[in-house]
Amino acid sequence: MVTELAKPQNNYQSAFQSMRKAKPSVAWVELVRESAMDRFEVLGYPTVKDEEWKYTNLASAAKENFLPLAVRADLTVEDANRFSYPETAASHVVLVNGEFRPELSQTNDLGDVVVLDLFNATTDARYSKIVRDDLARSATYHDQGLTALNTAFLQSGLFVLIPKNVALKTPLQITYITDTGASSQMTLPRVLVVAEENSSAKLIESFVARGEQSYFTNSVVEVVLKDGARLQHVRLQREGRNAIHVGTTSAELGRGSSYNSTAINLGAKLARHDVSVVMDHEGSECWVDGLYVVGPDQHSDTHSLIDHKVPYCNSHQLYKGILDGNGRAVFNGKVFVREGAQKTDALQTNKNLLLSPQARVDTKPQLEIYADDVKCAHGAAVGQLDQDELFYLQARGINPDLGKSLLTYGFAEEVIGKIEIESIRKELDEAVMNQLHARLEVQG
Amino acid sequence: MLEIRNLHAAIDGNEILKGLDLTIKKGEVHAIMGPNGSGKSTLAKVLAGHPDYEVTAGEVLYEGRNLLDMAPDERAREGVFMAFQYPIEIPGVSNAQFLRLAYNEKQKHFGRDELDPLEFKDLLKERAKVVEMDASFMTRSVNEGFSGGEKKRNEILQMAVLEPKLAVLDETDSGLDIDALRVVAGGVNQLQGPENAIIVVTHYQRLLNYIVPDFVHVLANGRIVREGGKELALELEEKGYDWIVKADLQGSGAAAPAN
Repeated sequence: MVTELAKPQNNYQSAFQSMRKAKPSVAWVELVRESAMDRFEVLGYPTVKDEEWKYTNLASAAKENFLPLAVRADLTVEDANRFSYPETAASHVVLVNGEFRPELSQTNDLGDVVVLDLFNATTDARYSKIVRDDLARSATYHDQGLTALNTAFLQSGLFVLIPKNVALKTPLQITYITDTGASSQMTLPRVLVVAEENSSAKLIESFVARGEQSYFTNSVVEVVLKDGARLQHVRLQREGRNAIHVGTTSAELGRGSSYNSTAINLGAKLARHDVSVVMDHEGSECWVDGLYVVGPDQHSDTHSLIDHKVPYCNSHQLYKGILDGNGRAVFNGKVFVREGAQKTDALQTNKNLLLSPQARVDTKPQLEIYADDVKCAHGAAVGQLDQDELFYLQARGINPDLGKSLLTYGFAEEVIGKIEIESIRKELDEAVMNQLHARLEVQG
Repeated sequence: MLEIRNLHAAIDGNEILKGLDLTIKKGEVHAIMGPNGSGKSTLAKVLAGHPDYEVTAGEVLYEGRNLLDMAPDERAREGVFMAFQYPIEIPGVSNAQFLRLAYNEKQKHFGRDELDPLEFKDLLKERAKVVEMDASFMTRSVNEGFSGGEKKRNEILQMAVLEPKLAVLDETDSGLDIDALRVVAGGVNQLQGPENAIIVVTHYQRLLNYIVPDFVHVLANGRIVREGGKELALELEEKGYDWIVKADLQGSGAAAPAN
């Protein structure tokens, strides 16, 4: 008896064919999508046999067969606006289930900054060359199954262009709303951000959901900083509690550019963030910071790669983790200093706070240096709340529960405090505390 | 206000306090002096409720209530305050947040209104004058990156905000230069009044030039071996502790049974 294995790839193939019919494009886009689909057919979902996925098991997700069907959700502008911040009320770009929705977006404060449907931009005479040059370059799909899948299903997404010498005053917020109605849907948001020479901007990404359905977000965001560009990038992952989130952020830094990123991971039952920064032009600098707050039955995995390919670049990394209940986290941070990348300055730190004996974190900071005139340091720590600190608070009349919340808040604040947008900081302070089922109103 | 009777306390199984008696009335300033290892700091920590110290015998009454039955945070809300010898750093929590939380916990405890950040800012500004502290200290993380003197001033600021009935200053003078000492002592003196009491734990007489005690108690081998007025401190400064300790060992002290 021969059993035909219901390989998920088969379902993806038919979805892929109908997507291509509905959204045909020019030859180079078709080629990219086809070769990406081919790669996905070969690679499939990552498994725990893959060293990079050792602690994060997508087997049940692969079985659940999340299908990348674009479901058009009915949202009102008011629905969408609820996810913006006072600072971004007029610079709020909305994607629903991976599809750019201009009618739900607010763009009055964006000035000369271009926001367009990425799929349309590939054939837009003004931008097609830029898109063709930069799309699917840093986020390579040749060895990443889920990135390949995302690339194969390019049918909307977002293209952001910050033109030469433009200094965007208002932060630009991109909100990814998942609203699938039914369960077991995959959304595949795809974004390309190009910051041209000597531009500067603040970018906020926010992943949120309406409803409690289970879904799979597979997002890929490529960030290209041209020479002298400056970008502050805040990424807020606040997916629904039944969600699986696999996100890739890959940045390429031009000469003398500055990339300052802070990734906050709060949501999803299983979350994975791959962040990579490639420094192959001299004089660039990056901060690749983050915080993961992992409650009961949550799993959060961050894989980071900072690649110093040329001399005179600086990188700074601080990732902090707070784990409660049986929460699990993984931090894997690679810093490569390639041969010839002299005068590199690289600092990497990962600190974890375990609030419960059932919580577990696997941390692996890795520094690989192939140059001899560099300044590099890295370290990882896993600990509990400090008893001396708790007693100090108690000795001032603060009961132990409140004291624990305050110390946890303080631990997170080193990362949250970096975010220059006040209402986000406030929201995160509250969210961190709520997530830990703690009560605390911290202001002042 | 405070009545300590036959107090025995141990850390890691080692008995440090071996039958200490002390009575403190409101309005009084008491100095506890003694050589290193005599149990001075242990007494301060036991009063604050430090979990590493175990009370093995005796009792402590605070305003008629059994102090040892109260959790450390309850003691604090009820007006017992210990200024730490080594104040703890709390990264990521600003001084203002910390102090407002502590202040409001006490307000709640007594059923009084809590202060919002703006109201509290005014109060803090007023109290900070007591220790001549700059406003920039309020937005910095608690004690983080503070110099030794700044940490001690911060302790007295907390005292000024929380207005304790009983303040225990644990070696507050250690590590202070003369200017910081003057500021800290000046702060303590402003907070002292007829309704509260202060215990100054110190090795040296120096601080007592600024905070003048009504009573001086000398602690040796876990008990009080000598008591007197402020002039006893001067005598100790001149002659050291050896003569008292020796006299105690030769006298009844060493042989005195625990009960």
